[in-house]
Amino acid sequence: MTDLVPLALLMALATYPSRAIPLLVTRFGRLPAPALAYLRLVGPAVLAALAAVNTVVSVTTTPEGQRIPSFHVGVEWLAVVACIAIVAWRKNLLLGILFAVALVAGVRLAGFA
Amino acid sequence: MTAAPELGPARRQLVVDGLGIVATALGFGFVYGLSARTAGFSPVEASAMSVLVFAGAAQFAAVGYVAGGFSWLGIVLLTAFLNARHLLYSAALAPYFATRPKPERAVMAHLLTDEAFALSITHFRRLGRTDRWGYWFAAIATTFIPWNLATLAGVLAGGAVPDPTRFGLDVVFPAAMAGLAVALATGRRELVAAIVGAVVGVGVSLAWDPAAGIMAGGLGGPLVAMALPGPPMREHYPADPLPLGVHPDAPERLIDETDARTSSS
Repeated sequence: MTDLVPLALLMALATYPSRAIPLLVTRFGRLPAPALAYLRLVGPAVLAALAAVNTVVSVTTTPEGQRIPSFHVGVEWLAVVACIAIVAWRKNLLLGILFAVALVAGVRLAGFA
Repeated sequence: MTAAPELGPARRQLVVDGLGIVATALGFGFVYGLSARTAGFSPVEASAMSVLVFAGAAQFAAVGYVAGGFSWLGIVLLTAFLNARHLLYSAALAPYFATRPKPERAVMAHLLTDEAFALSITHFRRLGRTDRWGYWFAAIATTFIPWNLATLAGVLAGGAVPDPTRFGLDVVFPAAMAGLAVALATGRRELVAAIVGAVVGVGVSLAWDPAAGIMAGGLGGPLVAMALPGPPMREHYPADPLPLGVHPDAPERLIDETDARTSSS
């Protein structure tokens, strides 16, 4: 069956401009200094936002398709903070991730979460 | 003056950092494949999503909406909304690739994901210059290939597979993003941008939607950090790449009109 392939194509077309426009507009490579300084700060800001949102916000979708965000408290908080501490201390992302996964898996297997 | 790291060690660090991303792409690509199968997707349809859309959150949402019988127009609009954050990634990476040919940048754009951005921007900043190999590695080896292989495995496999969240794999993504943010927080302004980005991101997510929250955090964090008192930041985007064997202490080359003329000739 290939009925949904056109939908995939439409979704790709909806996604591509946000990925491509700044990369393809040559002017983005030669912005004034304040704009370049701003873009330098986008990295830490957006990665921290991704981490925080994926840790403390959960989304449920109603049968009508409405997305309802809610505040989530769980062991994932502790795991992410531990990962941050390990990366800051040991400069080793993989070690931080492994510790975070082990912590969450251990707590869940023990039935505490 | 602090010497920039050599290319070899920086790439090895990138590969090690990428292992966690591979694990999460495999785990959740597999779950996506299973979910797509359950929603009635064929292997071709599920794989088409992973190859053409290549955006996990939007793909998971689409599976739910297709199963719920929602209109294609609604699904496409939601996809555009969920993936709007890529504008920020693309803008932040654009100065690093300004001298590359347009067709190459067009392909780079299709492969731009949260993971590819996080790994490559950290790699470039660690290295002090652009490394195209690093971008392709982050985009293809750690994300595109594992995600697509796992999608296929998930949609072809049966349902008797344990939930990866049971093994804590759901924490890999936020932990990796947080760890990579730490690596980028090399100064006071970067640290403030990260903290404000996280706070604004969560606030807007709870008030509206996580997709909007991530955009708001990514836009608002740098604004607050830029407003801090102190000397203005100067950003250099050394052009890509120094040939292997060139000493990293060699003077950095800035992207400027000369480079543009050179690349277009």
